[in-house]
Amino acid sequence: MTLPDHLPVLVVLLPLLSAPLCILVDRPRAGWLIALIASWLSFAASVALMVQVSGGETISYHLGGWAPPWGIEYRIDLLAAFVLLIVTGMASLVMVFARHSVVDEVPEERIARFYAALLLVFAGLVGIVATGDAFNVFVFLEISSLASYAVISMGRDRRALNAAFQYLVMGTIGATFILIGIGFLYMMTGTLNMLDLAARLPEVSDTRTVRAGFAFLTVGIGLKLAMFPLHLWLPNAYAYAPSAVTAFLAATATKVAVYVLLRFVLEIFGAEFSLGAMPLDLILMVLGTIGILSASLVAVFQHDVKRMFAYSSVAQIGYMLLGISLASTTGVGATILHVFNHALMKGALFLALGAVAYRIGAVTLRDFAGLGRRMPWTMAAIVFSGLSMIGVPPTAGFVSKWYLVLGTLEQGLWPLAVLILIGSLLALIYVWRLVETAYFDSVGDDAPPVREAPASMLIPIWILVAANFYFGLYTDFSVGTAMRAASALLGGGG
Amino acid sequence: MLFGIYSFLTAALFMDLDAVDVAFTEAAVGAGVTTVLLLSGLRLTNRWEHRPRHGRLVPLIVVGITGAALIYGTMDAPLFGDPDAPAHRHVAPRYIEQGPQEVGMPNMVTAVLASYRGYDTFGETVVIFTAGLAVMLLLGIQQGPSASPGRAAIGDQPVLRVVAKFLLPFILLYALYVQMHGDFGAGGGFQAGVIFATGFVLYALVFGEGHARRVVPPRWLHRLAALGVLIYGGVGLVSLFGGKAFLDYTVLAHDPVHGQHLGVLLVELGVGVTVFSVVLAIFYALSGRKRQA
Amino acid sequence: MSGIPGLLNYWVAVFLMMAGFYVVIAQGNLIKKLVGLGLFQTSVFIFYITVGKVSGGNAPILSEGITAYSNPLPHVLILTAIVVGVATTAVGLALVVRIQEAYGSVEEDDINDADQEAELALTRQHDGKPGDAGT
Repeated sequence: MTLPDHLPVLVVLLPLLSAPLCILVDRPRAGWLIALIASWLSFAASVALMVQVSGGETISYHLGGWAPPWGIEYRIDLLAAFVLLIVTGMASLVMVFARHSVVDEVPEERIARFYAALLLVFAGLVGIVATGDAFNVFVFLEISSLASYAVISMGRDRRALNAAFQYLVMGTIGATFILIGIGFLYMMTGTLNMLDLAARLPEVSDTRTVRAGFAFLTVGIGLKLAMFPLHLWLPNAYAYAPSAVTAFLAATATKVAVYVLLRFVLEIFGAEFSLGAMPLDLILMVLGTIGILSASLVAVFQHDVKRMFAYSSVAQIGYMLLGISLASTTGVGATILHVFNHALMKGALFLALGAVAYRIGAVTLRDFAGLGRRMPWTMAAIVFSGLSMIGVPPTAGFVSKWYLVLGTLEQGLWPLAVLILIGSLLALIYVWRLVETAYFDSVGDDAPPVREAPASMLIPIWILVAANFYFGLYTDFSVGTAMRAASALLGGGG
Repeated sequence: MLFGIYSFLTAALFMDLDAVDVAFTEAAVGAGVTTVLLLSGLRLTNRWEHRPRHGRLVPLIVVGITGAALIYGTMDAPLFGDPDAPAHRHVAPRYIEQGPQEVGMPNMVTAVLASYRGYDTFGETVVIFTAGLAVMLLLGIQQGPSASPGRAAIGDQPVLRVVAKFLLPFILLYALYVQMHGDFGAGGGFQAGVIFATGFVLYALVFGEGHARRVVPPRWLHRLAALGVLIYGGVGLVSLFGGKAFLDYTVLAHDPVHGQHLGVLLVELGVGVTVFSVVLAIFYALSGRKRQA
Repeated sequence: MSGIPGLLNYWVAVFLMMAGFYVVIAQGNLIKKLVGLGLFQTSVFIFYITVGKVSGGNAPILSEGITAYSNPLPHVLILTAIVVGVATTAVGLALVVRIQEAYGSVEEDDINDADQEAELALTRQHDGKPGDAGT
């Protein structure tokens, strides 16, 4: 086997093994550098993987040399490669941004350990995406989650501690539910390998055990997804965590949960079972829509801007769930597409907020007064990513919404299309509040002078903003990959 | 305390269900480590709780629905102990029938744990490392008041000291035995790491943390934890350089079975090192923390 | 639904799970929540091991003269899960200790009260002086 053959495992190993390296070195700048290099190399590996699978083939890697289902398998298909690209890409950009942000927000003697933990969040997430074994998902989910609790708690505000704790409790319940679900499936099939499960489940899918397993799995994954009403941990966790952490998690963690949902619901259980025999399509449709509307509404009334956009994220996840509930290539494709686009827009947004926090120290609505003139580049970035979130052409956000609405209209569900548009309208309101304060309010008399954010922050922010426009105009890659992945999931399953 | 007793009972139940390795681990980890953790936590917080203000109805409903769903799920399940259940028919037979030959050891659980599903165990080692890292980030290891040499937390107890001095080498030796013998009997890296750490905890309790910290300085611990993970990963990387998949042990020796055996031994060592250092580090972090008013 | 005796073991595990789960969501004391979480997780382990048992089988260590073995796979999974459970408890506890130091209490109600008061104080302060950059 040569290097290209090992790429699936290298994507995970690079951040995973760099974490203990950070601990051994234990110096802040070195820790940051290790994290940076590991992320970039991992990104390079996932680009190479994307190239390898774009022809439509699936890569299978046998860990330990044992063939599945006796050994653990890494399976990289189009969907997995796509999500890997997103996660590693975001990690690379956030690490660049993190250089100043982390120094500002985390005590110096903890910085190396902080980067080690951040690398573990990253490694856990890519481990979840790359694997083809259900129990392996659980293990790496816990790696990522435990590390997340740690990094979230490092926020400056003491409320970060409780936020991390609440996330720990809810996250562990979710993980335990997933474990129960896997246990039920194992009881009925005797295997843990995803492909094997997909092959063996149809003959036992009519049993109560499998149905119960399905229920527990979806609830457990739903907790990690922040699906309404299991989203309660998210707003606080995003609001009080260090800026780099919020940006990274917002762009990746819940998306990976969406990926897991897609894998289990569409590939392992099959669309016929999940969305046909079991009422999941209705549940996702209802909960997704409620999530969109309620979260967007709550966002309008927030003072803390980070919290505002955290609720916005819950709404965006609602859109993704809605897409899955449509059970069509257009619908599921829209979801996968939005996984990509949302990472771009929320990544840019939270990084920009982090830049504001860096210069000003806080991010309540009042702090934004007159910021449009004082930090023009940062504010412009926020405006543009806000536009993408609302879904204004020619941004990427518009493309996702477009396909989602298309999916609903294809099935004659035009009331849903209306609700989607109402969601966009609500987003317009809260983004406008921010814009109004930033550009039309005057700077307070006793406000301290602020400079624009440093280049190391602006560059990743604007790369993402530019990506929002690029992928809003040239949609071949994103839309094409998403639709192909969707039809593979729907065609192969059930 | 109740939780500790519960853990012991669980361990006994596991023994009865033929799960010897699990029983061992549950006893060491569950009854031992978790109880110590919770007691330390209680020491640092208030001992008595207040009555919760919110109602009990919603939680009861949620629990009721969940429990009902679980029972519903078991209704079509294969009966307890049924040898024809799918769980025993498909993947498991190979582990039982060929595991000992392919991996070269009679303990099938270790074979599956360290070889067939060795990557999961690698992940698990990383989980322990992550927990230790998290505790280091949150608490750090301080110079507690009991850290000065010569002062024991429980005062000067000559009988305890003599007994502890006598027991300690046996405890550590037993830990090493468990570590090495895990491929034949019940045991392996996790249990060994915990027992080894327990030896030091005993030393710290009886002789004073200051002495314990001189023997194993806290600064070493996080490096040791990192080292354990790197040992495990390193074995896997050697396989990569040998032209095989990550963690394929067959490249490690002249014939595949010996390679498997060697690989298992090495990765278990990595596990043991990490478990030991993390457990001890967490103990230092919690015990050294000053109780705040 | 044949043979309730054959399912009894599972149901006992379920009962324990629900006891733990209830403690997690109903209790206000953070440490009790952690204990409940541990109880919940441990009973899931009992469930898995019960699945692995084969009647008349023995511990899965190859020995002379024994032909029937219990399934080693659930054992492996649970070993991992036990470790994950302890890791979670340890991290949870570290958080609780920090919360105690920051708030002076580990009761959910007290913490929520303290946070709400702080928020109110902040809004009052902001209403008085617009454009203030303070938290």
